[in-house]
Amino acid sequence: MGEPSQQVLVEFRDVSYSVAALPAPIISHLNLSVHSGETLVLLGESGCGKTTTLKLINRLLLPTGGKVLVEGQSTDSWDAIRLRRRTGYVIQEGGLFPHFTVEQNIALVPRLEGWDEARIRVRVSELLSLVGLGAAEFAGRYPAELSGGQRQRVGVARALAAEPPLLLLDEPFGALDPLTRASLQREFLDLTKRLGKTAVFVTHDVREALLLGTRIGLMAAGRLLLLATPENFLKTSEPLAQAYLDTIRLVEQT
Amino acid sequence: MSLSEFLHQNGAELLTLLRQHLVLVFASTLIAVATGVPTGIMLTRKKALRSPVLGLANIMQTVPSLALFGFLIPLPFIGGIGARTAIVALVVYALMPIIRNTVTGILGVDQNVREAAVAMGMTSSQILWQVELPLAMSVILTGVRVATVISVGVTTIAAAVGAGGLGVYIFRGLRQYDNNLLLAGAVPAALLALLADFSLGLLERHFSIEGRSKFRGNYKTRRLALVLTGLVIVAGGYIVWAGSRAPRQSSAVQKVSVGSKDFTESALLAEIVAQMLEARGVTVERQFELGGNLPHEALLAGRIDLYPEYTGTAFTTILRHDPITDPRQVYEQVKLEYSEKFKLETSQPLGFDNTFAILVRGAEARRLNLKTISEAVPYARNWRAGFGQDFMSRADGYPGLVKAYGLQFADQPREMELSLTYIALSSNKVDLIAGNSTEGRIAALDLFQLEDDRHYFPPYEGIYFVRAETLARVPALKDVLAKLAGAISTAEMRRLNYEVDGHKRGQAEVAREWLKSRNF
Repeated sequence: MGEPSQQVLVEFRDVSYSVAALPAPIISHLNLSVHSGETLVLLGESGCGKTTTLKLINRLLLPTGGKVLVEGQSTDSWDAIRLRRRTGYVIQEGGLFPHFTVEQNIALVPRLEGWDEARIRVRVSELLSLVGLGAAEFAGRYPAELSGGQRQRVGVARALAAEPPLLLLDEPFGALDPLTRASLQREFLDLTKRLGKTAVFVTHDVREALLLGTRIGLMAAGRLLLLATPENFLKTSEPLAQAYLDTIRLVEQT
Repeated sequence: MSLSEFLHQNGAELLTLLRQHLVLVFASTLIAVATGVPTGIMLTRKKALRSPVLGLANIMQTVPSLALFGFLIPLPFIGGIGARTAIVALVVYALMPIIRNTVTGILGVDQNVREAAVAMGMTSSQILWQVELPLAMSVILTGVRVATVISVGVTTIAAAVGAGGLGVYIFRGLRQYDNNLLLAGAVPAALLALLADFSLGLLERHFSIEGRSKFRGNYKTRRLALVLTGLVIVAGGYIVWAGSRAPRQSSAVQKVSVGSKDFTESALLAEIVAQMLEARGVTVERQFELGGNLPHEALLAGRIDLYPEYTGTAFTTILRHDPITDPRQVYEQVKLEYSEKFKLETSQPLGFDNTFAILVRGAEARRLNLKTISEAVPYARNWRAGFGQDFMSRADGYPGLVKAYGLQFADQPREMELSLTYIALSSNKVDLIAGNSTEGRIAALDLFQLEDDRHYFPPYEGIYFVRAETLARVPALKDVLAKLAGAISTAEMRRLNYEVDGHKRGQAEVAREWLKSRNF
């Protein structure tokens, strides 16, 4: 694995996020940097604030305290539309538009950005083969005509379409069966290495975190408990990390 | 009359009514879509407005349609009589399903999909047009389909405010006990509703997500469907546009709008004037068969220029005087007050009196040599009487009649539907009835009208009310009304009524024939 460059793409500076309806903040005093070329995995239980953290990056949410900087610029001074078009976003089940074909789904951001059709056509077939789907067979299909794994591949292709420097992934493989998940994880690893993309990846699966992350951020109750490479994560004495690791050790021992 | 004969005779009119019906449905649905969909979209953005607006739309939909028309008639701009009022009412009914389904459709879009759209960097208008509306389209179209089917039904009632449509046949059929007419109105209306339901259902399936995947790769078919839909909208729009233009073009000086009440005699009298005006080169707009008090309201509002009325009705119903029996006095009083209060001119009496007529069988009258009600009183103790509901209850009806003549019958009089009393009398089920003196069946069933020798019944002489301004503007009208003064006797009016009601002939044809026979 190549050493990631130390250029900071995203930085959280003492970020808090709370909503009026909840007494406790969803994120409190988060400090975190995402370096160019790395895959930072945010690991934690549902409700720990990891998805919120993701949404603070592409300005789906604005922090109620502190600052989130993307490419050195605070998200509240970014034009939300520009920022989001420079950020690929993948969610569970892909979040594909059911009324768009695979081709239309993937070409969405390039079309919004006004690419010419010839360039879009080339890009779509390039991306489909990148995620292991034949353009001839799949480009004209609707999401309802795809398997879960195929939908997820299309979701990744769509996020990559306009060549964004940053990818955000929110439990993208969570709804897949274990075998499909494993193959998609391998392909994702391969893809990020080949393309040198920066990614922030949210999961509650410690195996996935260890497999895909260049660094793992462990979150609980809106706080970052630990930030470590997979090697250091395995060695840590942090109790919650231990608990996570126990779940896979248990499996291995039996 | 057989159905084929009926269609042969009335085909052209049926087509006109069908076209009017379609125009009303189409125009109102189009307006409802054009206002309801944006309203629905707005409600998805402004949560606080959602329940008040939906509630209001809900309430409006529960207002009975006739009552709604009643509210609308006196209003300026949107009210009055004719297509405009009908369209306003139809839009009110069509709005609810369209707004509700737009809201439901858009709010029903999968949150994941919406979030993905935001995260992709789509602007909110891009999300609306490219994601929310396409995904909500089939639900919105369901609303449009429901609204259209409702409109087809409610439009039949629009005939009551003079907007035309198939309801004209339904109302006329109900009035004249003519099943052919009733069916000629009701069956096409029902077929229209089914057709609208079916074709919009097709379109709806077309826009559903499942429909999309079935149409995969078949862009030609989809484009064809969209082109066809577009054509229907353009064609419909053109008909509406042309329809709304036509009357405006002819709003020249020499144009008269003739109204009538919603029964045969009134329509016949209106048709007679209309044809006489047309023969003198005046353009005539017919606003016939207006229900209830509408012709009077319409005349005051200037939406029609004249209509036939009865002195007694004007005297008691409109001027609200107690009934009096001297025809001359009633006429003079009406003429004076109409001129002062309403700036309306009253024509000379047409010659007939459509008052209550005490009727017995002709054979009986001849056998007993009866001419007057007084002469019949001694026999009445052995007679059974049958009266319409109206006659039993009104001040100048049964209670006063009994008092004025000291009448007594064998039993308490039967209270029944007015139109059925004629048949009951001729078939010996009753022996005396109170009909209308110009009823066509009096001659046809050989009934005899006993003279009201004590002048109990107030006069109901036929006259026309005309706007003073129209009379000054159209000189031919003065000439026409002068010719008609005293021109139609009660017997003549009976005969003309019977040509239409008994022989089921068109009023235009009967009017033409009569005018010819009189060399008018």
